[in-house]
Order: sequence, then structure tokens, then C-alpha cells
Amino acid sequence: MNFTLLVTVVLTGVAFVALVVFLADLLAPRSYNPQKEEPYECGIPARGNQWGRYHLGYYLFAILFLMFDVETMFLFPWAVIAKSLGTTGLLAVLFFLFILVLGLAYAWRKGALKWD
Amino acid sequence: MYNFKIVTDWFHSLLTGVMPEWLAIGIECLIVLLFIILLYATLAIVLIYMERKVCAFFQCRIGPNRVGKWGLLQVFADVFKMLTKEIIKMRQSDRLLHDLAPYFVLVASFLTFACLPWHEGVQILDFNIGVFFFIAVSGIGVVGILLAGWASRSKYPIIGAMRSGAQLVSYELSIGMTMLTMIILCGTMQLSEIVNQQAELGWNIFRGHIPAVLAFLIYMVAGNAECNRGPFDLPEAESELTAGYHTEYSGMGFGFFYLAEYLNLFICAAMAATIFFGGWAPLHIVGLDGFNAVMDYIPGFVWFFGKTFFIVFLLMWIRWTFPRLRIDQLLSLEWKYLMPISMINIVLMALVVTLGLTL
Repeated sequence: MNFTLLVTVVLTGVAFVALVVFLADLLAPRSYNPQKEEPYECGIPARGNQWGRYHLGYYLFAILFLMFDVETMFLFPWAVIAKSLGTTGLLAVLFFLFILVLGLAYAWRKGALKWD
Repeated sequence: MYNFKIVTDWFHSLLTGVMPEWLAIGIECLIVLLFIILLYATLAIVLIYMERKVCAFFQCRIGPNRVGKWGLLQVFADVFKMLTKEIIKMRQSDRLLHDLAPYFVLVASFLTFACLPWHEGVQILDFNIGVFFFIAVSGIGVVGILLAGWASRSKYPIIGAMRSGAQLVSYELSIGMTMLTMIILCGTMQLSEIVNQQAELGWNIFRGHIPAVLAFLIYMVAGNAECNRGPFDLPEAESELTAGYHTEYSGMGFGFFYLAEYLNLFICAAMAATIFFGGWAPLHIVGLDGFNAVMDYIPGFVWFFGKTFFIVFLLMWIRWTFPRLRIDQLLSLEWKYLMPISMINIVLMALVVTLGLTL
């Protein structure tokens, strides 16, 4: 039943957007003007390539995120049974976290967290 | 507390009595669909009206008061206006992805919305990995935002989407870690089970004392950032980027992002209420049996919405009080402060739980 509901919720989302888009298409007026199709740049004609280069920092943070997100994923199963694992589990996770903190410290030291 | 499962079970047996199983399930799914859409739309209207009034209150203004009594019809008028606006198709944009982006954002929002436990027995998606599922599906929204900015092929949306992507993925870590902290305390990831436990043993924020309060504070900061709201509203910093990733969306295309943003605020607050303040569980004080009995008479829905709207009010208060951060400040706040603190907090909570120091 849970997975039937999951599919239902996804379909609800899709149906909602599709329905409202359809409704907006029905109600919205249309008028053609070539200037309307220009990308918005505060009124002046657009210059240069819009899909050009941008700051590398975003990639760096995305890669760092990947590392730490996978790490939290590994911690979830431990978290559920942390109480019954007791001290042994705690020590193992402390070691795991220690290695991760080393990774963060390395990235920090190398200046990956600096924005310039 | 009254368990709503009695009603749903009775309804199911009523339906299966007169029709085959598959048809009954189909009808129930249809009811769920209508329930979600109605609740979603109603909450959006309430939240937008509330935001305007709260904003006006903090800025010593009156707020909307012309359309309808106390401006109550203002939001309806806005929705109608958005529906009747021309949908402009950009010449250079990637039209398929441009049209696809709102689907991602809205589906992610609906999926997280369906995870919330409204009352005992009233929950649409109740997986045994509930919290994990919640974090996973909320990540889909980032894809939609990046897609919206990229497909617009315009400079402001691309910068807005990149900022938004960096911000959302960064603060998702803190959200994940604070929830991890609370899972260590609860020992389960199922949301209904988490709330049931709190109804019996007391709210998590009291049970987990210091680490739980720390986790709640981090969650509030990270959740605020996750909703793209001030002081973390750089992706749509009006003075620099016009409207950020949805600059090139007109009419209802913009409306979808606006809708999802407000509902994400509600979902974020509701999750905080569920995990830290016991969801529908009433306030109980050990030793005061009379007081507890009175509290039990207040229905679970009232508790849930009361707590959630209180947190929504807090988040609005923060938004209209603090000035906006810069992108480097934003990222260093997460990576140099919040993340190390939440890592230490995980260890602290694990220690508290292993040594049996919970209240």
C-alpha cells in the first residue's frame, strides 16, 4: 500500500502542475513581440554568451557536499541502533568521524572553503 | 489520543464490501490525491496571507486591507492574476527543460508534504525509513531549481541557480546531521513511531536536553537556508539578481516556484515540530495528572498546526529582522561553523544515549 501511495503522490504532483499549466494556457492572452523573447538583462540588449563560464567555487562545494552526504548516509544505519550497540559502536563511529574530520581539515587547509 | 486509523480501516472495509479490492484502492488513492491538492492549496493561501500580515506587522504597516475584509481575498486575486498572465516563451532557452523544471520542484514538495504525520493514523507515506526518505526526496527540488536557471539561458537565472544549488546542498548536510542526532535519540527512522514515542515519553527536545536543543538551533538556521528565505535569500536577492532562478518565468511558471517556496517553509516547520516538539503529541508534565488530562482533550490536529505555525512565525520573524548575508559568509557559516558543531553534537548525543543520560 505504501508504494501505491508513493506513486499516487508523484502522480498528484505531475497532475497538479499539468492541470494548472493547461488552465493558464486557456486563460492567458497571447500577443507576439520579438523583444519579449529576449533574455532579461535590465532592459538593455543581452550581450555575450549566457551559458558562459562562471565561478569554479560552486563545483568545489558540490564535490565536498558529495563526500559528506555519503558519509551521513553511512551514519544512518548506525544511528538507528546506536543505543543497543553501546560503547563498541560509539568507538567505531568516532574513528569513522575522525577520518572525515581529517578530510574536512585538509580541504579547509588547502583553501577549498575560501571564496575568492 | 484518538487514533484515526479506526476511521480509515472502517472506510476501507466499507468500500471492499461493495466493490473489488483494486477499485477500492483506486478510489482511496483518488481521495488521497484530492486531499493533498486541497490541503496544499489551502495552506499556500494561508501562508502567503500570513507572511504579508507578519511582514507588515514587523515593518509597522497595515498590510493588505483593500481586497475583501482585512484583505482576506488578496491572495485569491493574486492567484487569478497569475493565471491570466501571458506565458512568454524565450527564444534561446531550452524549452523542454524550462517547462520541466516546475514539475521537479512541485513533485519534491508534494513528496515531502506527504511524509508529515498530521495526527495519529493520518499520514500518507509512512515508511520505516521515513526521515531518510524525507531528506532524499527533498533533494529532488535542487534539481528543479538548477534546471530552471540553466534552461532559462539568461545570466541572472544562471547565477541565481548556481548560488541556490551551492546553498541548498551545503545546508542539506546540516539538516541531515541534526536529524541523525535525533534518530540516535529515538532509535527509529519511522516518523509515526518517532511521534508515538514522544507521546509516551515526552517531547524530544526535553528528553534530549542539551544536544537536542543544539540540534534544534542548527536545524532552524539550516532549515531557513533550505527554504531560500532571508537572511539566506541570496538566490533571489532582488537588488542583485532580480528574481534569481525564476527571473525568466512568467505567470503561473513563477507561481509554481512561489508556491513551492511557501510550502517548503511549512514543511520545514512541520518537520521541526514533528522531530523536536512531538508532532501531534500533547504537552505532558510529569506529576501533574490533572493538567495532562486537560491537555489530552485538545485534538492532535490542533497541537500539530499550533506548533507548526508557531515555528513558521519564528522563521518569518527571522526573515524580516536580519539583513542578507554574502555568499562567502553563507558558505563559511555552514562549512566552518554549523557542520563541525553538528558533528560534535552527534558524538555528544551518542554519548548521552549510551550513558543513559536522557530524561
